[in-house]
Amino acid sequence: MLELIFSDYTFRIVALGTILLGIASGLLSSFVTLNKQALVGDALSHAALPGIVLVFMIIKVKNLELLLLGALFFGLIAIGLTNIIKKYSKVKFDSSLALVLSSFFGFGLVLMTIIQKTPTASQAGLNNFIFGQASTMLPHDVYLMLSISILVILLIILFWKELKIFVFNPEFSQALGFNNKYISLLFSGLIVLTVIIGLESVGVILISSLLVSPGVSARQWTNRLSIMVVLSGLFGAISGFFGTIISAISPKMPTGAIIVIVLSVITILSILFGSKRGIIWRQIKNKINNHKIIAYQWLNNSEINSLPIEALQFLTKKNYLAIQNNEYVLTNEGRKLIDYYKEAQE
Amino acid sequence: MNPGLEVQIIAILVSLCCSLLGVFLVLKKQAMLSDAISHTILLGIVLGFFVVHNINSFLLIFGAALVGILTVFLTDALTKTRIISSDSAIGIISPLLFSIGLVLISQFASNVHLDMDSVLLGELAFAPFDRLVLFGIDFGAKSIYVMLLILILNITFIIIFYKELKLSTFDQSLAVILGFSPILINYLFMGLVSITAVSAFNAVGSILVISLMVGPPITAYLITEDLKKMLIIAGGIGIVNAVVGFQVASLFDISIAGTISTVTGVVFLMTLLVSPKHGVIMTLINRAKQKRIYILHALLFHLYNHEDTQIESEEASLKTICEHLNWTNKQLDKILNYAQKNGYVIMKDGLIKLTECGRRYTIQEYQSLIESI
Repeated sequence: MLELIFSDYTFRIVALGTILLGIASGLLSSFVTLNKQALVGDALSHAALPGIVLVFMIIKVKNLELLLLGALFFGLIAIGLTNIIKKYSKVKFDSSLALVLSSFFGFGLVLMTIIQKTPTASQAGLNNFIFGQASTMLPHDVYLMLSISILVILLIILFWKELKIFVFNPEFSQALGFNNKYISLLFSGLIVLTVIIGLESVGVILISSLLVSPGVSARQWTNRLSIMVVLSGLFGAISGFFGTIISAISPKMPTGAIIVIVLSVITILSILFGSKRGIIWRQIKNKINNHKIIAYQWLNNSEINSLPIEALQFLTKKNYLAIQNNEYVLTNEGRKLIDYYKEAQE
Repeated sequence: MNPGLEVQIIAILVSLCCSLLGVFLVLKKQAMLSDAISHTILLGIVLGFFVVHNINSFLLIFGAALVGILTVFLTDALTKTRIISSDSAIGIISPLLFSIGLVLISQFASNVHLDMDSVLLGELAFAPFDRLVLFGIDFGAKSIYVMLLILILNITFIIIFYKELKLSTFDQSLAVILGFSPILINYLFMGLVSITAVSAFNAVGSILVISLMVGPPITAYLITEDLKKMLIIAGGIGIVNAVVGFQVASLFDISIAGTISTVTGVVFLMTLLVSPKHGVIMTLINRAKQKRIYILHALLFHLYNHEDTQIESEEASLKTICEHLNWTNKQLDKILNYAQKNGYVIMKDGLIKLTECGRRYTIQEYQSLIESI
C-alpha cells in the first residue's frame, strides 16, 4: 500500500483530488445538515447535468472549466426555481426539490440524446459525470479541484459568523442587520461549487452523500460548531483517501461508490458510538442516571437503616454508603448526590 | 400494434400508476423517498439476480420491493433515534444502498447485461422489444401487461384502503386512536411504491419514476385541495404529460423518458404561473390590488381626519401631502388618479377634498377596520 502511495503518480493525483473534495464537502456538510438542507445537494447535482451537456454542445470539446461553469449556472437556476416555488405556492420543499431534480435531469438526458445523433461530436466522457470515475482524472482536473476547494474553504472561514448565525437562527441574523438573502445566496453558491467539483470523481448520484454524511457523523461527537466542522472535514478526507486506495487495489471498483461506503461506515460507527449523541453512549448515560435517581430517592426519602437490604447492598456497591461500626453511613459521594439533585429540584 | 402506439400506451400506464401513488407520497411529505427508493431498488435487482440468475425474471420485482421497504424501514429507524432528521436519514441510506448495488455489479455481475445506463436513465423506445408470447401468439409488449396489472393493483389498493390512507396521511395520531395501524398501512403503501417503481423503471428509468410520482400530484395540488379531485386531476395531468412528452420526443427523435420529465417540469411551472387560486400571476395581481387599496385608505383616512379643521389647507394640499404620508410624487399621482376616477375625491384650489361618496366610503371602511380588530 505504501508503495502505491509513493510510486504511483496517477494514484497520487487521484487521491489528492478525492481528499480535497472530501475536505471541502465535509466542511460544508456541517452547515448543510444543521440547516436541514440535506437533500439540496442531491437536487443540485442532478440539476447540473443539462448545464454540462449544453456547454459541451456549444464548445464541442471537453473543457472542464467551461463545463463546470455550465453546471454552476444551472445549479443556481435550480435553486432559484425552488425558491420561487416556495414563495408562491404551498408545495412542500422536498416535493419541489424532487420535481426540479427530475425535470432538469430529464432535460439533460434529452440534450445527451441530441449530442449522440450529431456525427461530429461524440459524448465521450460525459457519462462519467453521472456515475463518476475518479481514475480518469487528469492532473489538470486536480488543479482545478484544488483551487475550487481552497476557494470553498476560504469562503467558509471568511464568512464563518454569518454562516453560523444563519444556520442556527436566521431570524436573529436578520434582526442583527445581516442580509439573509446574500448569506443564503452564498450558502447555495458554496453547495453548488462543492457539487460541481465532485461531479467528475464521485458522480451526480452519489455526491449528495458527501454533503450529508460527514456532517451527521461529526454531529455525534461534539456540540461545538468549530470542532464539528473540523471533524466533518476530517471524515470527508479519510473517506476520500481510503475510497481511492480500495478502488486502486481492486481496479473494477467504482471510486464514488467505495468512497460513499467508507463514509457510511464512519457514519454508522458515529451514530452508535459518538461521544455526545451516539446511541450506545446515550443508553449507558441513561442507565447511570437511572441508578443515580433511584439511589437519590432511597437516600432522600427514608432513614438509612430502615431501607430494605437490597437497597443497602446496591447503595454500598455504588459507594454512596459505607459500613462503619456495623452501621450504614453516608459517604461523601452520597452527600454530593443528594445535594446535586436537591439543587436541581430547586 | 405498431411500436409507437405501444410505447405511448406504456408511457400512459406508467404515468397513471406513478401519479396516483404520488398523490399520497407528496401529501405525506415523503416525495424524496421516491428518489431514494428508485435508486436503492438497484440493490434489490442485483440481489434478486444472484438468487435466480435470470435478469428478466419476474421474481426480481420482489427483491426490489423488499429493498424498497428496507429503505423506508432504515430511514424510519434512523429518524426515530431522534439524532438525525428525516431528510438526512434519506441522504445517508439511499446513497449507501445504491453504492453497495454498484459495487456488487462491478465485482460479480459485470459480465451480465445489467446496463447501468438503461437502469437509471431508461429507454422507453426499447420497451416494445420485450414481447409477451403465449402459445406461439404475440400478444404485444410485455410491459403493457405488467403495467396494466400494477395499475389495477394500485387502484384496488387505493379504493379499498381509501379512508385508512386518507386518515394516516393527514392525521397519524387520530388514526392510532381510532384503532387503525398507520404503520402497517404505510409499509403496505411503500411496498406498492417500490413495486410500481421497479416495474416502471424497467421501462422508463428511475429518474422518470421520480418525475412522474411527484410532478402530476404537486401540479394537481396547485389546483385543488380535495383529495378525490386531486387524485383525478393528477391522473389526468399524468396522461397529458405522457402524451405530450412522447409526441415531442418522437417528433425530434430524442430521449422519451427525458422529454416526459422535462414536460412534467414545464407543465408544473406553467400551472404555478397561471393557477387561478395561488398562481404567481394571481398572487402578484392580488398583492398589487391590496397595496392600492391600502394606499387609498391611507389617503382617505388622512383627508377625513383633517377635514374642516384649521390645518386642512396644510395637510390636504398637493404640495405637502407627499411629505406627510411619506410618498413620492409618482405614487401620489397614481393614487389620486384612481381616487378621482372612482369619485372619492375632487381637486379644489390645490386642495384635495373628499366627495360625499368618498366620505361615506371612508367611514364605512374605517368602521369595518375597527370591527375587524
